[in-house]
Amino acid sequence: MTLDYLYTLITFSNIFIILSLSLNVLIGYAGQVSLGHAAFFGIGAYTSAVLAVKFGLGYGTTLLLSVLIGGFFGFLLGLPSLRVRHDFLVLATIGLNFVVVALFKYIDFFGGPYGIIGLPAAKFFGKELGTGGYALYTAFWVVIVILLMIYIEKIYLRYGFEAIRENEDAAESIGVSVPLFKIYAFTISGALAGLAGNLWAYQMGMVFPDDFSFPVSITILTMVVLGGVGTISGPILGAVLLTFLPELLRFIQDYRLLLYGIIIVIVMMYQPSGLLGRQGILRKAFKR
Amino acid sequence: MQIVINALVLGSVYVLISIGLTLIYGILRILHIAHAGIYTLGAFLGLTFYALTGNFWLALILSMVLTGIAGVGVYSYIYRRVLSKERIVPLVISIGLFIAMQDLYRLIWGAYKKPFALDLGINDIKGKGFVITQHQILILSLTGISLILLYLLMNKTKLGKAMKACADDLVMAGALGINVERVVSFAFFLGSALAALAGVLIGVYENNVYPTMGDEVSYKAFVVIVLGGFGSLSGAVVAGFILSFAETLLVAWKGFLLPRDAIAFLVMILVLMFKPEGLFRRAST
Repeated sequence: MTLDYLYTLITFSNIFIILSLSLNVLIGYAGQVSLGHAAFFGIGAYTSAVLAVKFGLGYGTTLLLSVLIGGFFGFLLGLPSLRVRHDFLVLATIGLNFVVVALFKYIDFFGGPYGIIGLPAAKFFGKELGTGGYALYTAFWVVIVILLMIYIEKIYLRYGFEAIRENEDAAESIGVSVPLFKIYAFTISGALAGLAGNLWAYQMGMVFPDDFSFPVSITILTMVVLGGVGTISGPILGAVLLTFLPELLRFIQDYRLLLYGIIIVIVMMYQPSGLLGRQGILRKAFKR
Repeated sequence: MQIVINALVLGSVYVLISIGLTLIYGILRILHIAHAGIYTLGAFLGLTFYALTGNFWLALILSMVLTGIAGVGVYSYIYRRVLSKERIVPLVISIGLFIAMQDLYRLIWGAYKKPFALDLGINDIKGKGFVITQHQILILSLTGISLILLYLLMNKTKLGKAMKACADDLVMAGALGINVERVVSFAFFLGSALAALAGVLIGVYENNVYPTMGDEVSYKAFVVIVLGGFGSLSGAVVAGFILSFAETLLVAWKGFLLPRDAIAFLVMILVLMFKPEGLFRRAST
């Protein structure tokens, strides 16, 4: 394993940490299960790619707009969640993911099935970072996102989220505005996924529709749930684990996916709150 | 006319797959994504037994029975243990199971498309401007027979009534002395066997069977149960045909922007938003 490859893996792992933490805002805090998170990730990445390649905008601008547009679509696509709940929401978000990917694929402006290639490397003060520097740069954003999560857990937003997670009707009846908090959750989540999309687009130098398809949403959800829904450390652990696990399992190359699936099933059966969840074994081990 | 026949054939397969999902969702409220893996298993078992015995009907029945048993296994060894947990747990398990199943099939049967050549010795029906191939006849007639048998089962037998009772209220049904375990197991058996039938039929129709054949179908079937109103069997049947007709007609009408998959999901999102109980709501819930 060369050093460059390790740096690339670290970058991927960082991007997925941001993605799983952002999905955790929806699932863990606000209790809205979404299986279409890759759609927001894709919207962020395509925003950056289109702006950089077609309009020649610089890195700072594309970053900002990716986050804003990601957040805007989070807000927009969060609106259906005001009408649909539970399993219906799961299905609606699955559908959303397919529709977004189909739009990327079939509209020429987005490059069609071949995507958009040729993003310039991200430049900071006129300098390129290289793989190691970029890994560090993504780590910087991970820290920012973690701080944001800690902040959310401290302020009143958290109590609103918890109220709608536990019981929407009861929350509504005691004066918690359910629509407001749902929209907050979707907007924050979409904006952070947009950030991850920007980081991804500049890491790869290109974007393809299939990078943001349904299986990616599944992976992100699995990271959150495996690590521990509703905690900060859980989704981080899940993201790191599932990014590096396939690499560690490389020696059994041919059985990788089989094992991956089996691990998910077994962990969920015996650790249903996640490894670092409220009743997770790892959490208990650390407590002692 | 040809379009109508194609749509009917496609719809038949959607319906056969969705019945299992609908039964399972209706009773346990689990989004059984691994059902698509069960469907693929059915196709592979059918192909394998056909290659071994050379008798299509024997292969079909063996595949349905074994796949049905596999479905019961999924319930009693996996889902049953996590029913009391948060809803997201069985969902993620189902996804993990689907991933593992697909990879298992790839290891056993190989990653490439395998042909499923079958000649029933029936003549194609040729009419004015349309042809019904022997495989289409096979699909339409087997689906018809299955649906009639299913109707009789659900409405005329004790087991069918017990299944309906469990779908209405699982705890209450248990309290009234219905053997819930047995009923749920049977629902898994029935649903999985029908998925196997669909898998074999599609394998024959498209003349290939491959590990990831369940991908597209798995999500489509969810569209069907949404349209049909979660848990409603007759709703699922009607919705399956509506979806197949909508897709076939829109694709036949050239110049439509979106691919057929996106159509299905767009319709699903709209239905969820404006008519979340589905187009055909079950009266009792």
